[in-house]
Amino acid sequence: MSSSETRRLELPFDRDELRDLHAGDACLLTGPVFTLRDAGHIRLLAELDEQQADELPYGLAGQAIFYAGPTPAAAGRPFGAIGPTTASRMDFAAPRLHDAGVAATIGKGVRSQQVKDACVRNGAVYFVAVGGAAAYLAKCVESSETLAYDDLGTEALRRVEVKDFPVFVGVDTYGNDVYDLA
Amino acid sequence: MTRVITKDEVAGVVREALPRLAFELPPDILAGIEGAYGKEENPRAREALRLLVENARIAREDRVAICQDTGSVWVCLEIGPDVAVAGDVLDGVNEAVGAAYVESNLRKSLVRDALFDRSNTGDNTPAFCEIKASPKPGARIHIMCKGGGSDNASRVVMLTPGAGRQGIVDAVLACVREKAANACPPLIIGVGVGATFDKVAGLAKMALMRPIDQPAADDETAVFERELLEAVNATGIGAAALGGSTTALAVRVKTAPCHIAALPLAINMGCSAMRRGTYEL
Repeated sequence: MSSSETRRLELPFDRDELRDLHAGDACLLTGPVFTLRDAGHIRLLAELDEQQADELPYGLAGQAIFYAGPTPAAAGRPFGAIGPTTASRMDFAAPRLHDAGVAATIGKGVRSQQVKDACVRNGAVYFVAVGGAAAYLAKCVESSETLAYDDLGTEALRRVEVKDFPVFVGVDTYGNDVYDLA
Repeated sequence: MTRVITKDEVAGVVREALPRLAFELPPDILAGIEGAYGKEENPRAREALRLLVENARIAREDRVAICQDTGSVWVCLEIGPDVAVAGDVLDGVNEAVGAAYVESNLRKSLVRDALFDRSNTGDNTPAFCEIKASPKPGARIHIMCKGGGSDNASRVVMLTPGAGRQGIVDAVLACVREKAANACPPLIIGVGVGATFDKVAGLAKMALMRPIDQPAADDETAVFERELLEAVNATGIGAAALGGSTTALAVRVKTAPCHIAALPLAINMGCSAMRRGTYEL
């Protein structure tokens, strides 16, 4: 894909800019993403359950959650390999997290209608990264900091700074799905 | 004369194989992805395939994992009639797996118990191991590092004999349509047909061991594999499920006898990072 067709986006996202994206658009992301997957979502929802209101902890409001469990550091990089895991496993949590203020998610695979509805309702976007390209994607990671759930190992919540991280728009703010284009 | 295989021999092979499997895509798989890239016309799928080719190079050169999901480890010790083993011959495997995963900075993806204790074991153990008796002389070890996403996209279907060949094609296509996007295509699809409920999944997994550039030993299987591959690629799901002509690089079929009432079918999805190898002892 030539660079003229690729959108460069800074994180945290400008919500108006998200509305300008369409399913299938190729994008390069630069800025912080927050890694969280299965066990971390169960913990995060349990923490929200304890509150009166769904106020996102760990600075997640307005941010992007990257469904990923990286390998340890290697080759002088924060992770040897990091790539998307199957997003549908987090469908149980995504609508609530979007309603609470999460602006975007990054993963692979098809989302439920409930997640698409939450994207439309909140002006949120689901991005898809290429599964199996994790050594390549690790070269787009500049730094990583563990924020919570360290005992979960690879499933910990991390703030990860990425640069020119390649994704496609999976579900746009209008509910269109990249997998329906195929 | 009967040859005895020791647990140290088995552990040594496993210990040496695992980092290489994590870092180096098998040559047949890499050639398949490169071939798909060469002929892909869909721009999104082409970009995905370009990333996968580039990814394999980075992993090989920098000694980092091809995929962050470095898998659960399956070890199958296959022994022929001229080989003997003790009952504890696989007891060194877990130590080898733990050492390889910790020293090579691979991801630890195993929890202690699926239901009652989902805490991480910290060293990617236990491995899932078995011993398989074979009519073929000698001994060999099959190893696969199986990603969770593609295994989740797999299924067993107990078809009935009336469903026949078309029933199998339909079930494979249904599984691909529903699950391919989660399984990191281009896929290698292992298909087991026959045996019993518990054994058919093993057939599908073993089917994935045959390199994708090696045709089936018999014509009937080879023809059916081609038929399935054409049907799967006609879906247009494509690489990374972004469209295009290569949803799967290969379909691998293994059949077996079964009960008169049965047509067991297992579909074991293999992702584009198909890390597996067979090592002669």
